[in-house]
Amino acid sequence: MAQHKRRNSARLSVPPIRPPKLTLAPAPLWHRAAEWTLRCLAVSAVVAIVLILVFIAKEAAPIFYSAAVRAEVTLSKMWVPQLWPGYDESASIWQPVSEIPKFGIWPLIVGTLKVTVVAMVVSVPLGVGAALYVSQYARPRTREIVKPVVELLAGIPSVVLGFFALMVMATWFQDLFHLESRLNSLVSGVALSFAVIPVIFTLAEEALRAVPRSYVEASTALGAARWQTTLRVVLPAASPGIAAGVALGLGRAVGETMIVLMASGNAAIVSGNLADSARTIAATIAAELAEVVFGGSHYTVLFFLGTLLFLTTFCINTIGDWAIRRMKIRLGGMA
Amino acid sequence: MTAAAAAVGDKSALAQLAVRRTRRNFIADGAMAVACGAALLIVLSILAVILFDVFRNGTPRLSWAFLTEAPRDGMTAGGIFPAIIGMLQMVILMTLAGVPVGVATAIYLHEYASPTSPVTRTIRIAVANLAGVPSIVFGLFGLGFFVQFLGAGIDKAFFHGEKVYGQPALIWAALTMAVLTLPVVIVATEEALRAVPQELREASLALGATKFQTVMHVVVPQAAPGILTGTILAVSRGAGEVAPILFTGAAYFLPQLPKHLSSQFMSPSYHVYVLSTQSPDVDATKPILYATVLVLLALTFTLNMAAVIVRARIRRQHAGAA
Repeated sequence: MAQHKRRNSARLSVPPIRPPKLTLAPAPLWHRAAEWTLRCLAVSAVVAIVLILVFIAKEAAPIFYSAAVRAEVTLSKMWVPQLWPGYDESASIWQPVSEIPKFGIWPLIVGTLKVTVVAMVVSVPLGVGAALYVSQYARPRTREIVKPVVELLAGIPSVVLGFFALMVMATWFQDLFHLESRLNSLVSGVALSFAVIPVIFTLAEEALRAVPRSYVEASTALGAARWQTTLRVVLPAASPGIAAGVALGLGRAVGETMIVLMASGNAAIVSGNLADSARTIAATIAAELAEVVFGGSHYTVLFFLGTLLFLTTFCINTIGDWAIRRMKIRLGGMA
Repeated sequence: MTAAAAAVGDKSALAQLAVRRTRRNFIADGAMAVACGAALLIVLSILAVILFDVFRNGTPRLSWAFLTEAPRDGMTAGGIFPAIIGMLQMVILMTLAGVPVGVATAIYLHEYASPTSPVTRTIRIAVANLAGVPSIVFGLFGLGFFVQFLGAGIDKAFFHGEKVYGQPALIWAALTMAVLTLPVVIVATEEALRAVPQELREASLALGATKFQTVMHVVVPQAAPGILTGTILAVSRGAGEVAPILFTGAAYFLPQLPKHLSSQFMSPSYHVYVLSTQSPDVDATKPILYATVLVLLALTFTLNMAAVIVRARIRRQHAGAA
C-alpha cells in the first residue's frame, strides 16, 4: 500500500527541468595558449624569490666547502670572537682588507641593531600616533589630504633621505647634542625612521579605520570617555594590523641600505653608545662589494651576509603578512 | 532624617565624583588628541623641512643648461644630461621587461586562479615577500644571477668568452629593477581589476565571448588606469633606487651616452650617492649635488602625484558604480 502510494506520487511529480544543451563554439586554440602563457608568467614572483635565494646562497656556499676560502674564514671564525695576533684578548673584529683578514660579524650585528632600534623607537610612536589622529580625530577631508602627503614621504628615494641626513641633519644633531662624530647611529636611525614611518602609518591607519563603528558606539554607551574608547577598545581591536605595520617597518629598517650607508659613519665597532658611528650589514655589502675579488673569501662572506639579511627580512615579512591576513579575517568575520 | 541626609550627601558625593571624572576625562581626551595631532604634525613637517631645504639650495644651480649639459671639471660644473638619459633608458627597459609580467600575474591571480588554491596562496606569499626583500639583496641577486650567470653564459655561447655581457650593464640593471618593481605593478593592477564590476564580465560572457576575450576586451581596458598607476609607481621607484644598480650597471662618469644594452650608464640617484660620499671637494660640488637632488625629487614627486590622482579617479568611479 505504502509502496503503491509512493509510486503514485512519483508519477505526479514534475519531471526535472533539463538545461537546454548549449553548444558554444570552442575557444580558439590560441586563447588556450595565451591563457597558459598567463599562467606561466604568474609564477614569476615565486621564481624570482627562489632565484634570489638560490643565487645569493650559491655565491655564499664556498664558505662551507672551498679550501681557499676556509683558510681565511669559517663560520666559527665569523661568529666566535678570536684571539688575533697583536690583541690582548679575543674579540670579534670586522677588518676584511687588513693583512690578516678578520671577518668577525658581531660589530655589524650590533650596528644594525642599534640603528634599527633608534629608527623603531622614533617611528612607532609617530606612525601610530599620526594614524590615530587621522582615523579618530580628523575630519574625512583632512584624511584625504594627509594620506597622499604621507605617500609622497614614502616616495622620497632613500638616497635623498641619506643625502639629507648626511648634509643637513648630521650638522643639526652635532650642534644640538654636542656629539663627537658627525655621522653616528643616532642620525642614521632618525633618518631611517623617515623611511619607516609611512609604512607603519599606512597600515596602522587602515587597521584603525577597519574597526567597526559599533565597537566605538558600544564603548561610549557603556560610559567610557573618548580616550578610554580609543586606548582600550579601538587600539586593541586594530592591534594585529598595527603589529603588521610595525613588522613590515622593521623589515624595511633592517634591510635599508642607502640611508645608513651615507649617514652612519660606517665604523665597525661594538659599542652601545648611540653617539658612536655604526656599520650595518646592508651598508657593509654596499660599501665593500665593489672592491672585492670575485670568488674570494671577502666576496663569499659578503654574499653570506646577503643571505643572512634575506632570511631575516623574509621571516619578519612573513610574520607581518600573516598578521595582516589574520586582521582581515578577524575584522571581516566580526563586521 | 538621617537617612535623608545620607541620601543627599551621597548624591552630592556622586555628583562631585562625576564632575571630577568628567574633568579628568576632559583633560585626558585633550592630551590624547594633542599628542596624536603632534605626531601627525611632526610627520608632515619632516616632509616640509626636506622639501624646503632641497628647494632652497637646489634652485640657484638649476637651469636648462644643467639638464642638457654633461658634467665638467670633476663634477664641479656642467649638468647631469647623461645621467638623465641613462636613467630614462634604464627605466624604459625596466618597464618593458617588468610591467607585462606583473600585469599577467595580476590577471591570472584575479581572473583565473581560485582564491584558495595552494598555487594562488604561494604566489601571494611570494609577492608580499618580494616587496620586502632589501634593495641591496636585489643588487647581490643582479650581480650573482644576471651578470655572473646569464651574462657570462651569453658571453661563453656567443662571444667566445670575450667579456661583453658578463659585466655590469644597462640591461642587467634594468632587469634587476624590473624584478624589484614587480610587486608594485602586481598590487596596483590587482586593485584595478577588483574595481571592475562583475556585471561587465557576466554581460560579456552572456554575449558569447570566451573567457580570454572577456579578459582582454572588457576587463583589461577597464583596468587600464590602474595598470598605469602601477607603472608610474614602478618607474618612480626605479628612478630613485640606488642599491640594486650599484653592482649591476651604474657608473659614476661616462664620456659618452650608453649605446648598447651592454653599456654602463649614469643615473641621477647614483650620482647623488657618489657626489655626497666620495667627492674630494664637498663645497665645490654642493650646488650641483643639491640641484641633482632637486631634479630627482621633482621627478619622483611628479610621478607619485600622478599616481595618486589617477588612483583617486578610479576610486571615485568605483564608488559611483557600486
